[in-house]
Amino acid sequence: MKKEHKHENTKKFGMVIDLDKCTGCGACMVACMAENNVPFKKDESDKLDSITWICVYKLTNGKSFPDTEICYLPRPCMHCSGIGEHGHSPCVSVCPATATDYDHTTGIVSQIYTRCFGCRYCMAACPYHARYFNWWDPVWPEGMEKSLNPDVSPRMRGVVEKCSFCFHRYQAAMDKAYTEGRRELEEDEYQTACTQACPAGAITFGDLDNPDHKVYELKKSPNAFRLLERLKTNPKVYYLSSRDWVRKAGDNYLEAESKVKKKIV
Amino acid sequence: MKLNRRNFLSLGVGVVAGTTLSPLPWKLMDDVSIWTQNWPWTPVPPDGEVTYEKSVCTLCPGGCGITVRKIDDRAVKIEGIEGHPVNDGGVCLLGLSGLQLLYGPTRIKSPLKRVGERGEGKWQTISWNQALTEVAVKLGELRSNDRSHTVACISGSDQGTVPGLLNRFLTAYGSPNYIRTPSIHDSYEIALSLMHGGQSSAGFDVENADFVLSFGSGIIDGWMSPVRMIKANSIWKNEKSKVVQIEPRLSNTAAKSDTWVPIKPGTDAALALGLAHVIIKESLYNKDFVEKYAFDFNAFKTIVLESFGPDDVAKITGVDKKTILSLAKQFAGASKPLAICGRGQGKTPGSIDEVAAVHALNALVGNINKPGGVWAVSQPDYIKWPEVQMDAVASSGMKRERVDGAGSEKFPNANYLLNRWVGAVNSSKESPVQALFITDANPCYTLSDTSVVKKAFDRIPFVVSFSSNINETALNADLILPSHASLERYEDVPLSAGLTKSVIALSKPVVKPQFNTKHVGDVIIEIAKKLGGSIEEAFPWDDYETCLKATLGDKWDALVENGYWSDPDFGVPPWEGAFATGSMKFEFLGVVRARGGEKDVQAKHLFTPVTIEGNEKSYPLTLIPYDSLRLANGSIGDPPFAIKTVEDTVLKHKDVFIEMNPETAEAYDISEGDYAVLNTPKGKARVKIHLFDGIMPGLVAMPTGLGHTGPDEYLAGKGINFNELIGPVEDADFGLDVVWGIRANLTKA
Repeated sequence: MKKEHKHENTKKFGMVIDLDKCTGCGACMVACMAENNVPFKKDESDKLDSITWICVYKLTNGKSFPDTEICYLPRPCMHCSGIGEHGHSPCVSVCPATATDYDHTTGIVSQIYTRCFGCRYCMAACPYHARYFNWWDPVWPEGMEKSLNPDVSPRMRGVVEKCSFCFHRYQAAMDKAYTEGRRELEEDEYQTACTQACPAGAITFGDLDNPDHKVYELKKSPNAFRLLERLKTNPKVYYLSSRDWVRKAGDNYLEAESKVKKKIV
Repeated sequence: MKLNRRNFLSLGVGVVAGTTLSPLPWKLMDDVSIWTQNWPWTPVPPDGEVTYEKSVCTLCPGGCGITVRKIDDRAVKIEGIEGHPVNDGGVCLLGLSGLQLLYGPTRIKSPLKRVGERGEGKWQTISWNQALTEVAVKLGELRSNDRSHTVACISGSDQGTVPGLLNRFLTAYGSPNYIRTPSIHDSYEIALSLMHGGQSSAGFDVENADFVLSFGSGIIDGWMSPVRMIKANSIWKNEKSKVVQIEPRLSNTAAKSDTWVPIKPGTDAALALGLAHVIIKESLYNKDFVEKYAFDFNAFKTIVLESFGPDDVAKITGVDKKTILSLAKQFAGASKPLAICGRGQGKTPGSIDEVAAVHALNALVGNINKPGGVWAVSQPDYIKWPEVQMDAVASSGMKRERVDGAGSEKFPNANYLLNRWVGAVNSSKESPVQALFITDANPCYTLSDTSVVKKAFDRIPFVVSFSSNINETALNADLILPSHASLERYEDVPLSAGLTKSVIALSKPVVKPQFNTKHVGDVIIEIAKKLGGSIEEAFPWDDYETCLKATLGDKWDALVENGYWSDPDFGVPPWEGAFATGSMKFEFLGVVRARGGEKDVQAKHLFTPVTIEGNEKSYPLTLIPYDSLRLANGSIGDPPFAIKTVEDTVLKHKDVFIEMNPETAEAYDISEGDYAVLNTPKGKARVKIHLFDGIMPGLVAMPTGLGHTGPDEYLAGKGINFNELIGPVEDADFGLDVVWGIRANLTKA
């Protein structure tokens, strides 16, 4: 009884992205932008200041023609829970304003724009480049403000923003559940915008701790890996790939790594 | 008072105690933090009631079902309809950006009349009455001078009520010149009419295929119906179905396939015939189909065995013999093999020989009108309007030959030949087109050799665009009669992009028209009424909506409710009775006979390499285009969200990158990110170099969809329009544009 109660309250929302299915089409990126009122500039080709909460990276195996291979890798915020699930994610640990916090009931790393004063410590700390800074005020061309989603507040210049696992969708789903006298959500009641849009069905989202959710089994696949696992950030985004070189690319193994290690030691 | 140590300290203590206890600093700090976050220029989107409205995405021919989330009367998000026969919940990035086209600055807000030079972009706002009167006066003038046949219409589609009304208008008015923009459908339609008989379009049962042999089709790069194909790709992964991608460049499709077979560009038909050779020689074909339902298998067998042996084919295609043998065996050995073609997204018709050879492979394994195969799908015929009663002018006009020559003695099999139409307008002394209407198309951007297309436009005295967003063609028009955007209007959209179902979708007014626009259907009906006589009589409807409801009849309610209507009884006929050729059987050599190879079938009738422009000496490289879902290259260009997803190895600031193999780059002493000038016989462009191991040495590849002159600062002026660097290559017997690349040279800049 006690155990059940615990299970009711804490969730560990996470994602499993099947890289064998991901086609690199970019739908997740735009679904996210449209859902989360992500701003855009006239020139977005400088990717260092181009805000994309989920960003699709292109990996290659580095072999020459015709043995070249490509793999696309979508990267949302990893919602790291840190060593021992204590919620000490790299960004949360350094934020002086408590503008980003680890929510133990959902496992989601929040970002509170009105608290953020733009010191960008979190950006420096995040090993995944998942955080973006608003260098400019967002500008929507005349008329286009009509398409803004009221569930997500547009950000102002000088604050950091990042993927929230569409937390507003969780809130809306919980609100609905409460009015119907429920305390628990069905798996499909809370899904992120990218998961919903992905034409390939490559993204699976759910509670990583709930055996009824698809992600529970998927993350145990022998093909599953996470990014930069050796940093012990404990990300909640898992990837699946049947290709060795892709799984290897998930951590930054250097070609001459063993030598480097020896030198450091 | 004397300031000594004692009272100095007490004063200090007093100040510290006073300020700490006083609310002032806290109040000030609070005020400052509120003030610094008081951003009146950051919008606060108003909240309201959430509703969902189902419709169809019309930004490409794919026909995905969409459900639009609304907050009161604002549309805020486009999502896919779950369970929809095309996209089942998924949407592509262009569809997701749809609201930026609806609400964006590229919308044309009212009827416009050109005041400056063509293309200068100087417009005068006019009333709808004036606009329609001007069109009616011009059309009346041409008609009274017996020149009704000089009116033409270019449209992106020939299905549904709006194309139907336009076509009907031209018929009643007296012009045969309705032209659909070119695509791979042209080639498939001709090949099917010659091999199967009758008019049908190709449907691909991709979901059920277990071995897919793709001759350069960008299955997951936007071929046919992008979301459906990506879904099929995931099904193949789950079912462990095999996909073989044959093309010289490692496209996303090639990257996702199980086997990538690089091939010399333009030799796909030869490879298909080589595979046919092996399948026939090793007797791996479907005997039941070939013996009972095919007319000329023996003749096909003789020529294929004689001329397309694996050694010869290996020489032509650069694919080694072992691969040819293994591919043929795998294909014939699969239970539901499917062979498809149409380069990239299939935006150009391409060689009919290729379609015929690839389709012959499907016939050899008997995978026609079967699960997992190619289906000859007839168009839905729900439009049942009374026949047009033509007056004398109309009848004589309709008897004239089409400007593009489609259906003429020279090109009896073609339906539309827009590439030839451009040539015809440019080559006559006086333009054979005196008035042109354009809807759902952007030929000034999408047709190859854009400068020649623009020249043709310059020769046409009266150009009218129905575009709802500004584009290159609208910029070259004299009048713009802006249509409602697709999310503002009712329109039936019969889906035909390779679907193996009969589905009609309904575009619905999700939001009320934002600007002073008018439905194309209403514009046609009103112009007809202004012209009067038999033309007016051909349009017995008060307005478009009445016409649409009457046409759709009992399907209307289902369409409004679900956003689509699917024919529950739809199916394709079994082999018995499926073919309507002269022999009432499948004809392997149908295309060959149309080429005049009836008596003496020769290898050249089955495969003649398309010669691309430019000689090898001055142009040692070959330039090919590549299509990407992130770069819309059709009549609609990338909205801001979409262009934002383009990688910085494709576009950086205003510069486009061309892909080049490091080996080729070494010969040119060029490295990553260098500037170069790319020359083709058609034009030159300053580009940047991106080294890519996945492209065949000797080739360079450029993305399509860039180099727009309009519509907005988010897209315009970025990169080069590939069509400026390439010209059409005409098939001598069918008239279609069969171009796949052009020769090029490169100098370091």
